[in-house]
Amino acid sequence: MEEKATQQYHTHITSKKRWFELNLKEVWQYRDLIVLFTKRNFQLTYKQTILGPTWIFLSPFITSVIHTLVFGGIAGIATDGVPKILFYMSSNAIWAFFATSVNSNANTFRSNVAVFGKVYFPRLTIPISNMLVAAIRFLIQMLMLAGFLIYFLIKGEVQPNWAYWPLIPVVLLHLGMMGVGFGITISSMTTKYRDLSLLVGFGVQLWMYITPIVYPLSTLGKGPMKTLLLINPVTMPVEVFRFALLGQGTIIPEYLVISWIFTLLMAVFGIMVFNRVEKTFMDTV
Amino acid sequence: MDQKNENREVAIQLTGVKKMYKLGQIGGGTLQADMQSWWARVRGKEDPNTKIGQEQRLVGQTFMALNGIDLTIYKGEALGIIGANGAGKSTLLKLLCRVTAPTDGEIDLYGRVSSMLEVKTGFNGEMTGRENIYMRGAILGMTKAEIDSKMERIIDFSEVREFIDTPVKRYSSGMSVKLGFSVSAHLDSEIMIMDEVLAVGDMAFQKKCIDKMREAAKKEGRTVLYVSHNMNTIRQLCDRCIVLDKGKIVYDGDVEEAIEVYLGRKLKEESYCAFTENDHEKWCKNSIRLLSREIVNDITNITAGKTLVLKVKYHANEHLDGIHIRLVLLNSNESIIGMAISENTIRVDKNEDGLITIPFHTDYLSAGQYKMRFSAFAINEYGMHDYFCVVNEFCAFSIQDQPEKHFGMTWSNNSWGNIVFPSFVIEDEVSESCHNHMGDL
Repeated sequence: MEEKATQQYHTHITSKKRWFELNLKEVWQYRDLIVLFTKRNFQLTYKQTILGPTWIFLSPFITSVIHTLVFGGIAGIATDGVPKILFYMSSNAIWAFFATSVNSNANTFRSNVAVFGKVYFPRLTIPISNMLVAAIRFLIQMLMLAGFLIYFLIKGEVQPNWAYWPLIPVVLLHLGMMGVGFGITISSMTTKYRDLSLLVGFGVQLWMYITPIVYPLSTLGKGPMKTLLLINPVTMPVEVFRFALLGQGTIIPEYLVISWIFTLLMAVFGIMVFNRVEKTFMDTV
Repeated sequence: MDQKNENREVAIQLTGVKKMYKLGQIGGGTLQADMQSWWARVRGKEDPNTKIGQEQRLVGQTFMALNGIDLTIYKGEALGIIGANGAGKSTLLKLLCRVTAPTDGEIDLYGRVSSMLEVKTGFNGEMTGRENIYMRGAILGMTKAEIDSKMERIIDFSEVREFIDTPVKRYSSGMSVKLGFSVSAHLDSEIMIMDEVLAVGDMAFQKKCIDKMREAAKKEGRTVLYVSHNMNTIRQLCDRCIVLDKGKIVYDGDVEEAIEVYLGRKLKEESYCAFTENDHEKWCKNSIRLLSREIVNDITNITAGKTLVLKVKYHANEHLDGIHIRLVLLNSNESIIGMAISENTIRVDKNEDGLITIPFHTDYLSAGQYKMRFSAFAINEYGMHDYFCVVNEFCAFSIQDQPEKHFGMTWSNNSWGNIVFPSFVIEDEVSESCHNHMGDL
């Protein structure tokens, strides 16, 4: 049996680098670590606060109210007949999911130097748990949104496309893969030169404005701005999401396909750069 | 030894492992150099920024922290790793813990590795001791079920049961180290790697840790790698020890020998020893150079009382007269033992190569290892010494012990020093008178 144990855990370390290596079996062995990282993320955010986990509801709610007041009220942007609070809540939820996937992963290497520098565990556990955190936050926001949705359903002010609801998890997978792929690419690239990680904060904020988050895609007629929005790979999944949930959205299949292709490329590229960097980034970070 | 090892199971195998680090800050200049290297590679030309020499440790902008490590560690061994700061100890451990990858070479690990490069890894001040046990355990590769089953033992070992549900930020440094070590010590891994983890923690806890580690190696057949500057813990824990110096293994074997090598007490013993530029003191005139020394006697068997015959080669850069030769004898701790000077003087011509023979009497020397410092000097018209050349030899010779001369006792340099004065005869007057009185009665 001893013999078996040593054979089982044989590890070969070499200086040669492989381009694509997804050691999912090893990641699975560390699944409890992923759960703990995810739990820790929630625990730490709300330690030593009075309201505690209530903040999970409170902060996106406040953002949605502000958006409703500023963009819906002051700027008077039309929301295609969808109740404004519902529109902004759903948009915020889906955008926050994507933005957190990018932002939290963009600093994977740098913010975990202390642990990475002392002990080995599959580095991919961190991006995975970051994505889980974003997904759980999204679900919690959806719960809150469900309350509002039921209210407006009873009032008859919203007509969801129930047939499209099965697409909502697909949208999540789509945006999650894109966000993580993007995030880990940035984090791998910033281990040596940190410029990019400083830029990414602004970048994601700007990105929101060229995505139909605070306004629906339909408000734009034709022109370069609309083209820019359509090229933006986040646009289509967001529209699909709102189309299913609120019955408002413009789906253009060819752009959806382009967005999927971009996402897959981004995810593969992200894992490739991540693989390349994870073994020696401690020397340069 | 090798034959015995062939049957043993290998736990860790390193072949030709090298690790290169870049020197200097990473910034705009680095980007420029990176672009240069990349452009050179694209054109298939030689990279202008990296030229890794085979033997050189420091080349251009890079630094070889490990320069060709070949090492086989067997299952159940407790291996100590010692060396000066910067010798490459921590780099070696980092490679074995897979924190970073080698620049060249291969490493094979047979078994799970638990690293204790720092006992507080994975601790978060905001979380309680118990939460941190789960976190650190999982980071080290344990599943939740495993941690659950060991929780009580971990808490007991850590001696911080009362505070286990208090955030770790309120712990004293000793407490958090104890807790961290307890988690690592309860891992089921086949290979344990530790870097100075016992530095904090009181004496009692240190002893507990050493015992736990020794138990792991001896009873459970695990492999323990231990880095420390504390020679006592190395002695207590390890049964084999390597000495690293400038990224290479300079000694591999017995623990005591290794410590001697590390502390610089063990010198190479050679009958012929050539002096290098580094052996010469820079402050003297260097108008004559001593090139080498040879001990004509059989150096494996020198006993006190024998006359050492030294042959010293020299090269004169100037015409000199009235040169005295002085020998200063140092022991293995670099302490000066004594001096001998030549009665007569020699004369040399410019660019002359010559050979002198020096008889050196070892009558009063004890057993032990010695090295010599040679100087050539003259006394000038003002009565001052003019040093032409001073050489500290790197090689050494040993005087063999003759226990029969001190009633069977092995000579101890630590207790008795390096000089054996002539033995004496006790003149027992009191006893004589006593005896006389006895007679009277």
